[in-house]
Amino acid sequence: MKKRQFLHALIGASLIGSAVLSANVQADALANAEKSGTLRIAVPQDFPPFGTVGPDMKPRGYDIDVANLIGRELKLKVELIPVTSTNRIPYLTTGKADLVISTLGKNAEREKVIDFSSAYAPFYNGIFGPPDIAIKSAAETAGKTVGVTRGAVEDLEFSKIAPATATIKRFEDNNATISAYLSGQVQLIATGNVVAAAVNERTKIRRLDTKFLIKNSPNYVGVNKGEGALLAKVNEVIAKLKKSGDLNQVSQRWLQAPLPADL
Amino acid sequence: MAYAFDFSSVLEYREALLAGTVKTLGLTAVGAVCGLAIGIFGAVSRAWRLAPFDRIFTAYVELIRNTPFLVQLFFIFFGLPSLGVQINEWQAAILAMVVNLGAYSTEIIRAGIEATPRGQIEAAQSLAMSRAQLFRHVVLPPALLKVWPSLCSQVVIVMLGSSVCSQIAAEELTFAANFIQSRNFRAFETYFIVTGIYFLLAIAVRQAMIQAGQRLIARRAR
Repeated sequence: MKKRQFLHALIGASLIGSAVLSANVQADALANAEKSGTLRIAVPQDFPPFGTVGPDMKPRGYDIDVANLIGRELKLKVELIPVTSTNRIPYLTTGKADLVISTLGKNAEREKVIDFSSAYAPFYNGIFGPPDIAIKSAAETAGKTVGVTRGAVEDLEFSKIAPATATIKRFEDNNATISAYLSGQVQLIATGNVVAAAVNERTKIRRLDTKFLIKNSPNYVGVNKGEGALLAKVNEVIAKLKKSGDLNQVSQRWLQAPLPADL
Repeated sequence: MAYAFDFSSVLEYREALLAGTVKTLGLTAVGAVCGLAIGIFGAVSRAWRLAPFDRIFTAYVELIRNTPFLVQLFFIFFGLPSLGVQINEWQAAILAMVVNLGAYSTEIIRAGIEATPRGQIEAAQSLAMSRAQLFRHVVLPPALLKVWPSLCSQVVIVMLGSSVCSQIAAEELTFAANFIQSRNFRAFETYFIVTGIYFLLAIAVRQAMIQAGQRLIARRAR
């Protein structure tokens, strides 16, 4: 009997102890990282062009470049931790990573759990088309044929704002929409900037330039709650990278487009 | 387990369904008339070895009957513009259906022509009929009459196959169904109704074909 009580007490104490310890770890991630000299950053490895595994089996992509740039600015060694979209926030909240740079969009639910830096990457749905069609708003698509993938977010959103004289052609899947554009069956298409970047990277038949945005959801760096010092530092670095043009280079490299001015 | 059906959310889109049905019927009508015309020409070319058409039609029949309809459609819609031939989704859909039905009906009608008894042709020749007269009055009507049930089936098959044209954004019946269920997320009800419409359409088309066969061919064949 006594032995069991003692065991319970021991387990309880160790649980509390570890909780306190991990709370300590979380309390000042910046100081800890500076002490150890490494910053642990969760990055995607299955989401091109933000994060993939290169031919050399090393992670590469927009998010990885940003992670390395932040490490460079903070003068810390970067330890990349590959995550998936489902476990990226748990990795942060359980203290396995100091930052999440993993194509993370901001919403109210997530803001209850973690803090967000300023935006570091554009991520949006929009209308794309060739350089010679100069339009800047939904109203100007009047009289044009626009290809969309049926039932996708951009279909639902663009259908609401499209003028009556715009012809919307709805295709079965992304590939058919892109083929319709490349073969000249439609003048413009509605799709995501990441899709457009992938198309521009692989083919030079017909360029896809952003005409206007339909739905905007840029990416942010995720930081644990209560890490004010780290968050301030990350924001400072992102502002600096935007100003220096480093971030623009990353955007050009992976998204084949300059960083939007209003990001 | 009990699934709560909600057909009203589909019927809100009845205009889209009606427009799709009309387009499907239109595609079928144009496809059937032009496809059968090609079929008759192809059949006589092959059965009577009319050079050079017999060779051309043999290649055409083999090519079309040994490739999927969807691929033929994509070839026309995505392929031809890359070669500089501008073609919209309806032109592509009609062209694909005509070309497809043309190949199948060539073979079906050829079977009818080749089944013409030798004696009938000799009898016509002994009456000093020209080859064209012989074909028009003696060979073609009985041949069509013999294979008419097969042709009816083939036209119905092509009509049902036209659902594939939704893939190139031709807004026919299946396109309407896909569109509706991408808006109301009631896939079961939507396809339930569209299945019913296709079923009725198929019966109607078959009946119309049988009637047309009796009026246009049966009288001349006797």
